[in-house]
Amino acid sequence: MATQTVEPAGLTRGSRPAPGPARARRPRRGPIAAPLLFIAPAVVLFCLFFVWPGALGVYYSFTSYTGVGTPRPVGLDNYARLFGDRDFYAALSRTVVYTVLAVPMQYLVSLAVAVLLVNRHARGTTVARVVFFFPWLISPIVTGVVWRWLFGENFGFVNFVIDQLHGTPQRWETNANLSLAVVLFASAWGGTAFNMLLFIAALRNIPRSYLEAASIDGATGWQRFRWITWPLLAPTTFLVVLLTTIGSMKEFAMIQALNGGGPGTSNMLLVQYIYRTGFERAKIGYASAASFVLMIILLVIALVQKRFDKAES
Amino acid sequence: MTAIETGAAAVPAADVATATVRDATSSARTPRPRRRRPEASRLSRVIPTSALLWLLVVVYAFPVLWFVLSSFKPGSELFSLPLHLLPQEWSFAGYQKAWSRFDFWRYFLNTGLVAVITTALAILVSAATGYALAKFRARWLSAFFLCILATTMLPTEVILPSTFVVIRDLGLYNQLAGVIVPSVITATGIFMFRQYFRTVPDELLDAARIDGAGEFSIFFRIMLPVAKPIVFTLAIFSFQWRWNDYIWPLIVLNDQKNYTLQVALRSIVGADNIDWSVLLSASVISLIPMVVLFLIFQRFIMNADINSGLKD
Repeated sequence: MATQTVEPAGLTRGSRPAPGPARARRPRRGPIAAPLLFIAPAVVLFCLFFVWPGALGVYYSFTSYTGVGTPRPVGLDNYARLFGDRDFYAALSRTVVYTVLAVPMQYLVSLAVAVLLVNRHARGTTVARVVFFFPWLISPIVTGVVWRWLFGENFGFVNFVIDQLHGTPQRWETNANLSLAVVLFASAWGGTAFNMLLFIAALRNIPRSYLEAASIDGATGWQRFRWITWPLLAPTTFLVVLLTTIGSMKEFAMIQALNGGGPGTSNMLLVQYIYRTGFERAKIGYASAASFVLMIILLVIALVQKRFDKAES
Repeated sequence: MTAIETGAAAVPAADVATATVRDATSSARTPRPRRRRPEASRLSRVIPTSALLWLLVVVYAFPVLWFVLSSFKPGSELFSLPLHLLPQEWSFAGYQKAWSRFDFWRYFLNTGLVAVITTALAILVSAATGYALAKFRARWLSAFFLCILATTMLPTEVILPSTFVVIRDLGLYNQLAGVIVPSVITATGIFMFRQYFRTVPDELLDAARIDGAGEFSIFFRIMLPVAKPIVFTLAIFSFQWRWNDYIWPLIVLNDQKNYTLQVALRSIVGADNIDWSVLLSASVISLIPMVVLFLIFQRFIMNADINSGLKD
């Protein structure tokens, strides 16, 4: 190891403040060069792929840039048009509807699965856990394909079973709401794995003595869950709700494969709208304005949820 | 976790979270106190609970099962009613067709290159950054940490059009490097390493420094090996993110020969007339590497310290 005493070490030691009264006051102050070199790659990437596009996006949103030539400033035109754009509102409201339905659904399903998996009365949990986790391996695109295959209107297994049971086969592809329902199923199915792991970690963390004390006092299983387990899961609940909210607001790949935002454009969500406007129609300025609105929405969601988190604790 | 921890006040809370998970895993290992219960009442609990669990298992397993079994049906059987769960006649025609019509080797190679290179670089960059953030103290370091946490609030999707312009202006358009380089920085990875390195005692570093070890040799020879669990965890997660990623390759890659698997699959689904027999088998083929990886690292993934906030 001694042979490894190369230049960087000398460099850092050189820049370390000399021992003295100043150093005594702030004993933790260390070298500058070493940490700077350690974070340098991350700083460069951060500037290139977050700061630059972020700033550029804000700038473009005030121009009529199409991807070629020089951007022409148009002031607040894009935003003014955006607020009168029916397609934008449709995409925005559909995204909100989707998120409002998807978040509680994913939350409840993954919590239920996690509770069952840590329940000591349940048998075969090891295998079950692998099954629930399996969708995590599957890409959003393939998840979309899997569910599209299952819910095909004329050839899908679900309609076949409904038909066998003498029910009316449903229009999973041509009815906008039913189509959204399939998207919801698929997202809950795909999202369970990760949230389940978070919940399992948190559930294992709950002191057994609390629950045992409660059951000695005669609390039923549901009461124990409602008044002990669930409140103790609050930080995980917060995390899961926040992550699924953000995930739902930017849902794109899975829907692309499942129904392409269809039927028609009835299930076109915000990111798909941005993609279409920016790339297929080459209206980068206009799409940047829409992106900016999405960014503001995400920020507001994060701030509101942070508030809730604070209020609860 | 990273998504929310945008405020400085939240950072200690995050520490508590990781610390508690570690407690949780250790307490999970200690045997549970057994209580004697009448056999009948225990069974009356075991049966409904297990039944409910296994009902859910069937619901979760069925979509994939149906999908994989369908891929072994000959094209004519796919749509012929009544449907049968098992193929009446096992056929690999779909696979042969998918394999011959699509340049799978190329897509596998492209996706593999992207996933492996990005993962290796992401581990190095995250470890170095996490180490600096955990073991050095300066106001500008904390500021940078906040910036990193803020990136989780600004996913690629939110700045899609301008990101495309940046990629193009950097000369990365339609190149695999354009998919690799931007994905190297991951807030989750940096966060995980930072949390982990904070638990490594400073004495270890001080001792090495007194022995005259340079900062870089300390990092590569002491810190990186110590953080092996995090290296593994991030490697698995990063590989999955990159293998399954769709949006970056979609905006960066234009030429079909540069496509990754996901973009190639999407081009089959996006067609006016979906060739289901090809699509089914192509999708199943695309799953194989992830499944193999899972089988090898299963214990690692399922026990991963994921409370450090793993989600890209």
